[in-house]
Amino acid sequence: MGGGDPRETSRPDLALRVEALEAILQEKGLIDPQAVDGLIRAFEQDIGPMNGARVVARAWVDPDYKRRLLSDGTAAIVELGFGGPQGERMIVVENTPQVHNVVVCTLCSCYPWPVLGLPPAWYKSPAYRSRVVREPRAVLAEMGLELSEDVEIRVWDSSAEVRYLVLPERPPGSKSLGEDELAARVTRDAMIGVAKAGDA
Amino acid sequence: MPDPKLAVALDSEGRAAPPRRNGELVFETPWEGRLFGITMALHEAGHFEWEEFRALLIQEIARWERAAAERPDAEWSYYRHWQAALETLLARKGLAGQAELDDRARSLAARPAGHDH
Repeated sequence: MGGGDPRETSRPDLALRVEALEAILQEKGLIDPQAVDGLIRAFEQDIGPMNGARVVARAWVDPDYKRRLLSDGTAAIVELGFGGPQGERMIVVENTPQVHNVVVCTLCSCYPWPVLGLPPAWYKSPAYRSRVVREPRAVLAEMGLELSEDVEIRVWDSSAEVRYLVLPERPPGSKSLGEDELAARVTRDAMIGVAKAGDA
Repeated sequence: MPDPKLAVALDSEGRAAPPRRNGELVFETPWEGRLFGITMALHEAGHFEWEEFRALLIQEIARWERAAAERPDAEWSYYRHWQAALETLLARKGLAGQAELDDRARSLAARPAGHDH
């Protein structure tokens, strides 16, 4: 932390402030430090985009599941055992050869934690949040996803009430793959809509 | 006391780390992780409604964005806004005051070298 960047100098202050906060809350019996450790571990290590990838892979192999997923995302995701904070109302939007969906939260960083873990840094950045709405095609191209002009791009703005998950197109040539192999091809970025599901 | 719904998610997925190509550090620095964990623990213990925190976070981010419009070199730190929002919330709820935090942070800063971890 710090490095040579003068703009970074305030960071150590924040570290101290968080330490002070934790100590005070702990002394008052408002938080249990072990609960804090457990929550950090859960979000760093256990909850990640693999949950979402399993949802997508199931939808690719099971048309009935896909129908349920698109009509009631929350219930279909809970069916696979994924639920919890920040996943209360999930809407799943399907990519097709004609339509590409991409998700943003323009106001802050609402994101479907139970299926994707915590959002990457760029998702929270002011640039992505403001630009992807105004010029989605350009932003996606900068992120490495070139879409042809005849593909319609739909941008979904997440909120406290609704979180979106993109159901990417099944990659070409993946017919022979099983559900686990398919899940391995689904990246976090594909489920936000800034990439396609692709080669493992 | 993990959320029971969270526990379900962990049981079905606990062994599998996220794939590498999705990999990115969730927290850039340890304090970001602590701050996140503290906030979640307070919320799970029922000390506030998530929506109340979220509204404050939106305010903090919007304030930064207005300021940044005039100062293009303004440093962006998502978790700084998170921290400010949480402090406001804790003061509002009477759980921890600004002065109390200032004092504690000062005394932590004054620790002799080697005792600052």
